[in-house]
Amino acid sequence: MRVGLIHSIIRKEEKLLLDEFRSRPGVEVATIDDREIVFNLHKNNYSFDVVIERCVNHSRAVHAIKVFEDFGIPTVNTYQVAKICGSKFLTTQAIIKAGIRTPRCYLAFTPESALAAMDELGYPCVIKPNTGSWGRLLSKINDRDAAEAILEHKEVLGSYHHSIFYIQEYMEKRGKDIRSFVVGANCICAIYRHSEHWITNTARGGRASNCPVTGELHDISVRAAQAVGGGVVAIDVFETPEGLSINEVNYTMEFRNSIDTTGVNIPAKVVDYVLKVGKR
Amino acid sequence: MAECPVCGAEFKLVDGAEKGEIITCNDCGSELEVTGKDSVQEAPQEEEDWGE
Ligand SMILES: Nc1ncnc2c1ncn2[C@@H]1O[C@H](COP(=O)(O)OP(=O)(O)O)[C@@H](O)[C@H]1O
Ligand SMILES: [Mg+2]
Ligand SMILES: [Zn+2]
Repeated sequence: MRVGLIHSIIRKEEKLLLDEFRSRPGVEVATIDDREIVFNLHKNNYSFDVVIERCVNHSRAVHAIKVFEDFGIPTVNTYQVAKICGSKFLTTQAIIKAGIRTPRCYLAFTPESALAAMDELGYPCVIKPNTGSWGRLLSKINDRDAAEAILEHKEVLGSYHHSIFYIQEYMEKRGKDIRSFVVGANCICAIYRHSEHWITNTARGGRASNCPVTGELHDISVRAAQAVGGGVVAIDVFETPEGLSINEVNYTMEFRNSIDTTGVNIPAKVVDYVLKVGKR
Repeated sequence: MAECPVCGAEFKLVDGAEKGEIITCNDCGSELEVTGKDSVQEAPQEEEDWGE
């Protein structure tokens, strides 16, 4: 089987995946650096049975996946999944449509209407760039004065995609939230991410500890994955008095801190899944 | 030997270093990207759509 792995920089995750592919008999893995790609859109020059996307840039990832998919090459993840997960708005829409619990969320297009949305949600609330990761440029807005300041700064200094205001209710999570990993129809493991800071991303210093996969966590994680189109995804989950609540879904998941923590060989599970997709 | 483009330190890449892999210069702490068997360049700067 011929596997293509698209990447730009090689993170720990890509290295672990490459090692895992190379350890499998009958599997040939080729790396494709997205900085060197030139797609002739009229002609498929690739003979892969499956392509796994591991780009660090969201924009390159979605474009490349779309090209491979249109050439008839199966991809992990699919274009639909990448497109939805790359937008917090589309993800929230998919989660709401699937009837899954998620923090209250408003969308607005101007600073004035965004302020009205925040007043209605109440303070503190959270405003996020629609596309973004690693906890960057998230704002917890504690009162109306802060709201006005943030909105003015976004309007004056932000690039155009900061003019879509994605605003969420602030969830009290008592120092931790959950990151669960879904491969196909299974939630294979999960971690707690602990932090004194309200942003718990491990990329921002959040500490990982094992989180047992309860029935409820398994169920909501798989349903959230399916809501965005399935595949290999990592899900941010809040614990609330009413039950688990889905914050977001990531489609090029990082897992370096979660293998030893959970005792689950995540790259092996991902590779199993990719090879299964390639055999279809 | 590879040479750090930031501080000029010379070092040997570990066996199995992958093209595109990000390493840190032991001398100056700069993030470097492996570009070949014996070569590195400064790692690309994080962009707004970087992430997982
Ligand atoms: N509405 C919220 N209430 C409380 N904490 C939040 C909220 N939204 C995000 N956070 C914190 O910030 C982190 C990053 O937010 P997230 O929406 O996952 O964006 P990113 O794509 O940058 O990871 C979350 O893991 C969580 O710790
Ligand atoms: Mg997140
Ligand atoms: Zn150096």
